[in-house]
Amino acid sequence: MHLLIVEDDAETASYMRKGLTEAGYTVDHADNGRDGLFMATSGSFDAIIMDRMLPGLDGLSVVQAMRAAKITTPVLILSALGQVDDRVKGLRAGGDDYLSKPFAFSELHARIEALLRRRDVQAVETKLTVGDLELDLLSRKVRRGDKPIDLQPRELRLLEYLMRHAGQVVTRTMLLEGVWDYHFDPQTNVIDVHISRLRQKLDKGFDTPLLHTMRGAGYSIRAA
Amino acid sequence: MARPLPSFVRSSTFRLSLFYVLLFFLSVAALLAFIYVQAIATIDDQTEQATKADAAALIQEYSSQGIAGLIEAVEDRVAPDRSGDGLYLLEDEDGSPLAANIHTWPTAEPDAKGWINFSIDRDDGPHAARGQTYALKDGSKLLVARDLHARADFQELMLDALYYASGLTLLLGVGGGLLISRRMLARLGTINRAAERIRTGDLTHRIEVSGSNDEFDRLSDTLNAMLEEIRRLMSGMRTVTDNIAHDLRSPLTRMKGRLEMLLRETPDSEAQRQAIERTIADADQLLATFTALLSIADAESGSARASMASLDLGELATDIVELYGPAAEERSIAMHYGEGQGTVVGSRQLLFQAVANLVDNAIKNTPGGGAITLTVERSAGDVRLSVADTGPGIPAAERERVLEPFVRLDSSRSTPGSGLGLALVAAIVRLHGARIELGDNDPGLIVMLIFPVPA
Repeated sequence: MHLLIVEDDAETASYMRKGLTEAGYTVDHADNGRDGLFMATSGSFDAIIMDRMLPGLDGLSVVQAMRAAKITTPVLILSALGQVDDRVKGLRAGGDDYLSKPFAFSELHARIEALLRRRDVQAVETKLTVGDLELDLLSRKVRRGDKPIDLQPRELRLLEYLMRHAGQVVTRTMLLEGVWDYHFDPQTNVIDVHISRLRQKLDKGFDTPLLHTMRGAGYSIRAA
Repeated sequence: MARPLPSFVRSSTFRLSLFYVLLFFLSVAALLAFIYVQAIATIDDQTEQATKADAAALIQEYSSQGIAGLIEAVEDRVAPDRSGDGLYLLEDEDGSPLAANIHTWPTAEPDAKGWINFSIDRDDGPHAARGQTYALKDGSKLLVARDLHARADFQELMLDALYYASGLTLLLGVGGGLLISRRMLARLGTINRAAERIRTGDLTHRIEVSGSNDEFDRLSDTLNAMLEEIRRLMSGMRTVTDNIAHDLRSPLTRMKGRLEMLLRETPDSEAQRQAIERTIADADQLLATFTALLSIADAESGSARASMASLDLGELATDIVELYGPAAEERSIAMHYGEGQGTVVGSRQLLFQAVANLVDNAIKNTPGGGAITLTVERSAGDVRLSVADTGPGIPAAERERVLEPFVRLDSSRSTPGSGLGLALVAAIVRLHGARIELGDNDPGLIVMLIFPVPA
């Protein structure tokens, strides 16, 4: 997987680069908008991490220019402006996701994985499977092995989101955005409580847990 | 059905001009009345003088020439080729006319000064007349009088003048008043519309200046200068907060990145690991505080007005209970939302955050076994969303103060929080043109967000 980081702050870029390289990605870096746009249009990247405030050409203009040139590479916009309107502007300009600074590396990593996965999954799925857990998207029925599992509508959406990102780490803010469609940082552990209820229903009475807590990062659903 | 009056009729300018019309009308009437009284007095005086002089001349004739001379003098005065308003009747002692231009002796009694007012028939109707009678030595009687038609004509003229003048005054006054008030309203309307646009967030808009340099232009100029100052201050504040955001977030990002890298490189001891983790937590706390500060600044700048849309507070409350209910239940707090709905125009994200902050506070402050209740009520002029808990509540004297940034009650110093939660709620509520009220839930706190809506 080939990533492009467009970020003018050398240290932030270097630590993102280091972390993502360790995670197994090939990473290129541009430190201004013009170079970033040039590399984005000429190279074949799987995803681009774009800082919003850049010298020369700002991040949103780069994304707009890319989209105008029919380059559909998924873009994660990074910004020190974390307000609701800025998020909307970023997504409207053609960004696929938005992350405000400062961020935990795990958050960045999880979102990059989600972006790459989104690109892979093009076919319409009717069933999600993780180990012996099955979610039928048409009948909205869940079963693990032979045992049917009864879920509330919101729990079902939470499970669907986790299963669509099976094997990846999803963060609490990703869940709040993806399942509830609200963008803010809840002070209390609201998401954790929802997860632990879901875990009760999924894993209780089974030897192998499916829903895992990733310390300091978030949650992940996976078979082993 | 009475239709509401058009706005220019209800305007103060129109009422002012009506007042001036009335005042002007009264002045004109008073002036005409004065002229009338003076003129009539002069006319009456002149009539009396002329009549007396005429009579004196005739009596003189009688004294020197006898009755024959008098007859001749009267006939001379009543000759058809003589024009004039003189009226004469000379009768002998038997009542037979000797010389005259009127034929019947008036029956009216003379007034205190010896004047007789009577009426004579003329081709164009009865004419008022006024004169004096003289008894002569030979038993004949002489009446010398004046036809008062000139006086009557003048009277009529004055009355006509009064009618026309008042009609014209009313017409011009009301018409002029309407025109002026419409023009004033149009000018004020321009200012009002501009102010409304600016109030709803378009700070770059300015009030149009007509160029005539009148008082409205001067008002517009002053308002525009004031707006420019506000815009400058706000953009200055915006720049400052954006710079803070950027300048503080960038080092924080680097710091957090470095710490995380350290953590990944598996430190030698668990103690080191814990120290790094605690430092990351501190950085996050720092970040949370100034993210909240920036959110307050952002809400106060009004930039989110652009993304406002109609939304149902009932749905929002349902979402809140759905998201926070399990967390409340963990602490044995029952949380529910009574039915109710009310549509307001607002930012879904910001309002959700505001209500989430309130619920978050309620959960922190409510002891186990308590309850948190959300309600949405719609009444005639407003929509209210309230969050009520059964915690310790806030003393009445402190309720205003807790809405200010960084104010934390002594009782909550020990619990985590930045002291910005309620300040952010207050800023978001102000952004929506709504108001926040804290009350006593007896026991507990009830926070009401009151959104005015057009009935």
